[in-house]
Amino acid sequence: MDPFADTLQRLREAFSAGRTRPAEFRAAQLQGLGRFLRDHKQLLQEALAQDLHKSAFESEVSEISISQSEINLALRNLRSWMKDEKVPKNLATQLDSAFIRKEPFGLVLIIAPWNYPVNLILVPLVGALAAGNCVVLKPSEFSRSTEKVLADVLPRYLDQSCFAVVLGGPQETGQLLQHKFDYIFFTGSPRVGRIVMSAAAKHLTPVTLELGGKNPCYVDDDCDAQTVANRVAWFRYFNTGQTCVAPDYVLCSPDTQARLLPALQSAITRFYGDDPRGSPNLGRIISQKHFRRLQGLLGCGRVAIGGQSDEGERYIAPTVLVDVAETEPVMQEEIFGPILPIVNVRSLDEAIDFINRREKPLALYAFSNSKQVVKRVLAETSSGSFCGNDGFMHLTLSSLPFGGVGASGMGNYHGKFSFDTFSHHRACLLRRPGMEKIYSIRYPPYSPRKLRMLLVAMEARGCSCTLL
Amino acid sequence: MKDEPVAKNLFTQLGSAFIRKEPFGLVLIIAPWNYPVNLTLVPLVGALAAGNCVVLKPSEFSRSTEKVLADVLPRYLDQSCFAVVLGGPQETGQLLQHKFDYIFFTGSPRVGRIVMSAAAKHLTPVTLELGGKNPCYVDDDCDAQTVANRVAWFRYFNTGQTCVAPDYVLCSPDTQARLLPALQSAITRFYGDDPRGSPNLGRIISQKHFRRLQGLLGCGRVAIGGQSDEGERYIAPTVLVDVAETEPVMQEEIFGPILPIVNVRSLDEAIDFINRREKPLALYAFSNSKQVVNQILEQTSSGSFGGNEGFIYLTLTSLPLGGVGNSGMGRYHGKFSFDTFSHHRACLLSHSGLEKLNDIRYPPYTNTKEQLISWALRSQSCTLL
Repeated sequence: MDPFADTLQRLREAFSAGRTRPAEFRAAQLQGLGRFLRDHKQLLQEALAQDLHKSAFESEVSEISISQSEINLALRNLRSWMKDEKVPKNLATQLDSAFIRKEPFGLVLIIAPWNYPVNLILVPLVGALAAGNCVVLKPSEFSRSTEKVLADVLPRYLDQSCFAVVLGGPQETGQLLQHKFDYIFFTGSPRVGRIVMSAAAKHLTPVTLELGGKNPCYVDDDCDAQTVANRVAWFRYFNTGQTCVAPDYVLCSPDTQARLLPALQSAITRFYGDDPRGSPNLGRIISQKHFRRLQGLLGCGRVAIGGQSDEGERYIAPTVLVDVAETEPVMQEEIFGPILPIVNVRSLDEAIDFINRREKPLALYAFSNSKQVVKRVLAETSSGSFCGNDGFMHLTLSSLPFGGVGASGMGNYHGKFSFDTFSHHRACLLRRPGMEKIYSIRYPPYSPRKLRMLLVAMEARGCSCTLL
Repeated sequence: MKDEPVAKNLFTQLGSAFIRKEPFGLVLIIAPWNYPVNLTLVPLVGALAAGNCVVLKPSEFSRSTEKVLADVLPRYLDQSCFAVVLGGPQETGQLLQHKFDYIFFTGSPRVGRIVMSAAAKHLTPVTLELGGKNPCYVDDDCDAQTVANRVAWFRYFNTGQTCVAPDYVLCSPDTQARLLPALQSAITRFYGDDPRGSPNLGRIISQKHFRRLQGLLGCGRVAIGGQSDEGERYIAPTVLVDVAETEPVMQEEIFGPILPIVNVRSLDEAIDFINRREKPLALYAFSNSKQVVNQILEQTSSGSFGGNEGFIYLTLTSLPLGGVGNSGMGRYHGKFSFDTFSHHRACLLSHSGLEKLNDIRYPPYTNTKEQLISWALRSQSCTLL
């Protein structure tokens, strides 16, 4: 018994009937999303608090505001994004109309994770809807309270002939993936990313995979320790470290480590108080399974700060580990928790080698007062994104594409990149039916003279600018 | 190659925000035999311009060209960063087990699936330039000779072995009656009374494809051409009529100088016919009426679209060449090639000082801080990307 066949069939029919094509329809969906966020802000905050012990502040800035901002951006720019894009022509096509038309793919599947369960579902959804697709949403079953809101409340705000939420675990998701989709957008681990891409390959379905990795954070000797500690700590412990772009580990010299440790302690105390467990601003781990995994990592190296944990609350203290070996588990898997290992390197070169020996990460950070140092790290490494002297602030800029490279993913989104991700860019050339004499030059029997003229016509630009 | 600065918001005003184009690393380009120079070199241009190292796997079927690419081309490139590998399906399978940082494949959908599955194991991004049956709708309102010239040239160019060639015609019986003599006239004009003797008509790549095409000649009824010669791998420019949708010529991509005509009674029926099938790489519509052309454009989807014309758009590097659905994913040509083979890395360089400004975002959180940040997040400066 295939639980999804009927739903998918219904959505396909709606798409074939053209329901999602008009700008008015898409705008109405986006407006519906906006109303959903406004009407149920409190409900969402409560759900996020239940799932992740997320503070209202973090919910607002990293889930609700960001989503709202993307909705507003899409609404403001929808018609301009949808417009046919005229392109420069050559002599051969001077009299023609040449443009790129943006078209929806059709039926889009969005699979979202549990760590930012509102943001990482709604922001891709904005792109998919703006681009005119029908959408199937598969929220994470781990963030149960948020999943419930998305399944029960969200659909009331959208046209349900073109949109559906499906629920389930790995088995249901596997079943879902056997069906043909016209686009699949997946956020999650590289391991599952491979499974999704393999399933997509059977149907030649294009994908965007937002995956993860261990995001290196290089801290130069030439830096203000407290400033760096504030920034690194905030981005590490935000959402209890359960952030795909959080700094995963620090690379620095022993001297810098000695300066950083008290500064990190100071930042942690400032942020979360003497007993972080009592702070309303520190979240909790999503599940027992992840809690135990992280608890195990606390045994790596030596605990320099924090290290406490409580299974009942799924609480892990903001922790810093030192004397960590590359072979230990904490340096082998993406941490995804409030644990920050520091690995010592003796030079910038050694740090860069260390980074380049490993998989390309989703994000990379470099802290230094020296612009040259920052630029060198940028120039000699690769990553989905890069930030000098700060954490993942770049996520707030919808003008920057958000995506991975290598094991950390493929494709990107946010802002117009979302619209483009979920659109097929169709090359169009419209010629007038007449003037056949002029175009006859290309027909056989071929001659060198004809060839020369054709080559000129193909090469020569018309009156337009050659820069694309 | 230049860094592309982007619009900033209030939080990032004092920093520098840009997109940096980076090579992926080791790129594999697998090319087919029908345009063995173009479909190897044009992707290569993009891969090299983007700064990658490249492995080229030319098609073993276009043997002479493969030899030139393997023996001569490497002398012109830095061979520490470039290699040509040779072989058949088995060697290509072995090659695909290795990890590449990007794979660019031109070929059939069947092999496209194999390539993408292999790529999935290494999370390697791909561009797949595949194929399909490219519909060519011919409206009643058209000049038959003009249409016949254009359709015939694009169909028989390279002996029909073109991924974007019009694969079959959809038209009413009336229009078919007007088209047939016009097509014969065009074919005679282009290739003479005996096309076999024309220096301007090519041959089929291999015995295997020749026999496949010879088999298709048995579908429907031969209205024009239909001759073949196994020794020369020659197939005459052919038009088939009375073709049923279930016949092989309407089931597989033809990739030869055979043009079936399928009758439809209306534009709506033509559009339904097209939409019942896989999304093609190209779609053509011929009509004196702009509305008709636009209706087809709007109610179908395809990699690319030509109104009253064949694949001349390929000469425009400002247009992206790529498929959709079964006909492929990704695109290239011109700057699109450079972008295809580049990773677009989002970069933000913030100030190492001015830490007091950041106080607003740190815990302990307060309502005021929350409101200020939300407001700042919503106030993106320039909204148009």
